[in-house]
Amino acid sequence: IACFLMYLLAEFDDAANLLAANPDATTISIDEPAEIPKNQHGRLQEPGREEDDELLGTDDSDKTELLAGQKKSAPFWTFEYYQTFFDVDTYQVLDRIKGSVFPVPGKNFVRLYIRSNPDLYGPFWICATLVFTIAVSGNLSNFFIHLGKPTYHYVPEFRKVSIAATAIYAYAWLVPLALWGFLMWRNSKVMNIVSYSFLEIVCVYGYSLFIYIPTAILWIIPQKVVRWVLMMFSLCLSGSVLVMTFWPAVRDDNRRIALATVGTIVLLHALLAVGCLAYFFDAPELDFPAPIIPAHNGTVNKVRIQ
Amino acid sequence: FAGLADVSISEDIPVEGEITVPVGSRSPDEDFSTLDEPVRDTIMRDLKAVGKKFVHVMYPKKSSALLRDWDLWGPLVLCVSLALMLQGGSADSKDDGGPQFAEVFVIIWFGAVVITLNSKLLGGTISFFQSLCVLGYCVLPLTVAMLVCRLVLLAGSGTISFVIRLIVVVAMFGWSTLASTAFLADSQPPNRKALVVYPIFLFYFVISWMILTFTPQ
Repeated sequence: IACFLMYLLAEFDDAANLLAANPDATTISIDEPAEIPKNQHGRLQEPGREEDDELLGTDDSDKTELLAGQKKSAPFWTFEYYQTFFDVDTYQVLDRIKGSVFPVPGKNFVRLYIRSNPDLYGPFWICATLVFTIAVSGNLSNFFIHLGKPTYHYVPEFRKVSIAATAIYAYAWLVPLALWGFLMWRNSKVMNIVSYSFLEIVCVYGYSLFIYIPTAILWIIPQKVVRWVLMMFSLCLSGSVLVMTFWPAVRDDNRRIALATVGTIVLLHALLAVGCLAYFFDAPELDFPAPIIPAHNGTVNKVRIQ
Repeated sequence: FAGLADVSISEDIPVEGEITVPVGSRSPDEDFSTLDEPVRDTIMRDLKAVGKKFVHVMYPKKSSALLRDWDLWGPLVLCVSLALMLQGGSADSKDDGGPQFAEVFVIIWFGAVVITLNSKLLGGTISFFQSLCVLGYCVLPLTVAMLVCRLVLLAGSGTISFVIRLIVVVAMFGWSTLASTAFLADSQPPNRKALVVYPIFLFYFVISWMILTFTPQ
């Protein structure tokens, strides 16, 4: 673990050195989102990959100058270093959330919205909101489902908050760590056009979880069909954000490994959704006891059990 | 050392200066030395400071008194009393009951620390303990709501009592959020105010949820 942490620190230092290595870079102040994107780690782009440019969200593929080397140049034990991860305004956060909920087909979330300014505000607070939303919605949903029963005594189920917190924060931080390690390892074998830093991956995962917040609120509705439709819908939306982000990063690799990687990403995402639905929301039972009515031909209508 | 025989200190050089030795008590500093005052004065001064801040929270005006003379006594008292009042709930199933005392404590203090860190990381100019102080003091309306809820629950736990509790908790939640925002919003950069206010909203929402879902055994 110490070696891995050292490698992480070296990666940050490398990025800082690369950014600081170009003292002639023009300083462009980031005032509006429609700015010229920067080449992240100074890697050259091969000519002729127009679809990459489209996915990268830029038409200026030969812009290799680095922006002002002020970002992330503070040593990691100072407070200013961590302030660089919170260098976002309200409208930027809202734009990124909008980009995760309405994925534009063919546009890469990272290149379009993050643009070398990954923030930790979004991932952290979206996860926190999601934890409490799931816990509260699950509690409310169980309350409504069991409302009429005489033996039911309402309990706040506070334990589930800590379980939800562990699950969601572990997913939003450990899976990006594993994915980043995997991509770095593949990068050492196959030269990829697109590579992401750890913080950008954390950012994508954090913002892609946003769609689950309204989904969790709507899961209060105690209908199984509605819940599964909602889950499929949100899984498609956030899954597509993840797939469109990571497909360019593994596309140049061995076909099977690329497909396996993207498949694993989607599978883990689906597992999170299904797990939350199964654990925090009780199965909706019958809303009303259906009477057994003898039909005309004498058969008995079976009660529909969910 | 023969050459030094000629060196002598001339009597023309004046020697000036003041040498004073402070004797007895220094009268302008008597106000700062609180060792000699009766204990009652010491306690009453702190209590009055805490009480004044409570009044500031209940009628939030843009005064800097809450920020300037921060103290954490009020938040501690509020947190302990809120956590105590949240005990004694439905504890028939240990796993599914309400929050334990330590959980309430941790949520309030850890939540306040995280929100303060968040506002400082976003570029806020408020100091760490001032922000903790404001967030802690603004739990006062919710503590009052908890008290009212427990009193209402003594009378009964039907639908009407639930509606009353809901209205009281929602009103106090709004009051807490508005009070803390009134004190904290000015110290933030103008284009990040919403980013700072939202976690405060979430914090008080969680506390309100804990209060509202309290069910007696």
